[in-house]
Amino acid sequence: MIEVLRPGPLATVQDAGRHGHAHLGVGHAGAVDADAYALANRLAGNPYGAAAIELTLGGAALRFRRPARFALTGAPAPAALDGRPAAYGRPEYAPRGAVLTLGAPDLGVRTYLAVGGGIDVPPTLGSRSTDTLSGLGPPVLAAGDLLPVGPAARSAAAADWTPPRLPAALATVRATPGPRAAWLTDAAAARLYAHPWEVTADANRVGVRLRGPALDRTVTGELPSEGMVAGAVQLPASGQPIVFLADHPTTGGYPVVAVVAEPDLPLVAQARPGQRLRFAAVPHPFPVPTELRPA
Amino acid sequence: MTRSRVTSTGPEPVVHRMGDRALLAELGDTSEVHALAAAVRRTIGHLLRELVPGARTLLAVAHDPADLEQVADALATPLEPGAGAAGSGAVGRLIEVAVRYDGQDLEAVAGHTGIPVEQIPAVHADVEHTVAFFGFAPGFGYLDGLPAALRVPRLPSPRVRVEAGAVAIAGLQSVVYPGGTPGGWYVIGHADLPLWRPAHDPPTLFQPGDRVVFRDAR
Repeated sequence: MIEVLRPGPLATVQDAGRHGHAHLGVGHAGAVDADAYALANRLAGNPYGAAAIELTLGGAALRFRRPARFALTGAPAPAALDGRPAAYGRPEYAPRGAVLTLGAPDLGVRTYLAVGGGIDVPPTLGSRSTDTLSGLGPPVLAAGDLLPVGPAARSAAAADWTPPRLPAALATVRATPGPRAAWLTDAAAARLYAHPWEVTADANRVGVRLRGPALDRTVTGELPSEGMVAGAVQLPASGQPIVFLADHPTTGGYPVVAVVAEPDLPLVAQARPGQRLRFAAVPHPFPVPTELRPA
Repeated sequence: MTRSRVTSTGPEPVVHRMGDRALLAELGDTSEVHALAAAVRRTIGHLLRELVPGARTLLAVAHDPADLEQVADALATPLEPGAGAAGSGAVGRLIEVAVRYDGQDLEAVAGHTGIPVEQIPAVHADVEHTVAFFGFAPGFGYLDGLPAALRVPRLPSPRVRVEAGAVAIAGLQSVVYPGGTPGGWYVIGHADLPLWRPAHDPPTLFQPGDRVVFRDAR
């Protein structure tokens, strides 16, 4: 069992996400920094998909009621185990009753805590992830919560050190043209990729609203609702783009003018308000002949 | 605007990229979307993480981006002639839903439409709806087919929470609320069937493409 003493601004249980039900309005959820989450599990000796704790801007305290191997990845919040500094990106060991405290990270937003055996709350539709948009999955963590931990594997950690990957003050994020890229005027399309976009405070697990020179659309009006993906760069009428993250709605009516490349989505998830992102247009990694069809 | 090319073999969808592992096919209408979804699920369903119908589109998300070419081929396969034509492609099941027409917005609907409250059930019931697509919230299915005589706008101010089973209308669509969501549609009745059951798989009673007929439970 792990006891939540202080959850910090937002702490949730997250795993690799809830797949296969998007056509019924059920979103994916899952860790927004999928890379940091996966690394935490490898360091803790867990198989991919084990549930971990996603902490937002540190400020948390948790007690290990049983001895456990654990690992911290993502935003490097200063961590201490019973008052002694705890390492980042390495396997650590907590004796029975040890208290892990996290301060506020200097960089990044989300810190992942994986515990050997994984957080063993009951799954909903195949996932232990909290979907903050729909409320599916376990409730947001609160002080006093007791989280069951599964049986730890006897295997060694699959990694022993991992470097953090966090966005610089101006981070370059690769993106491919979206299905509605043609809705941008030529000038707006050039600006989307040339201009650095500021991350606003309107950022959460659903998406990140960016600020910059408004992008004009060739098509005004609304789009009939269509399926959405994480990384979709939507353009509402305001001309200020929104990048969807893990808890995005399954369908939406704003045109998707670009899609962030999956390997760079963690950078968006870890970018703080005030930091800037520059989109770099890249070709699609796998060629598909049909994209040449005229729309 | 024409969104698909019509050839001698039937409509051929236009396919767009949507990120590293997804493709979005554009079609002419909802029935074409469901016809293509059924065909794609049959042929390459095992390659897909998600297959998400929209109002005029079908989003296919692959488990492995290396399969995208195969996914693109399946999406671009011309539909059978007439597959999208109304009434021809009965791909979905027919589901009957008993409704108590006791909704709190019946008076307001009467005001908008000029149909007296006591006649609203007769206009709404027994009409075949089609589950077009889901969105907004888990289990929130948009049902096409509301008779034009019942067309109403959204509520001027949405409710903070609408109870599970509330049958409501807006535009030319009906919905049965899954519960726990806010809502801006006019509630005309209530269904007792458990439509949203997150502990079950599938968690919804309806699937996209199903046909739904409301029956007056009085």
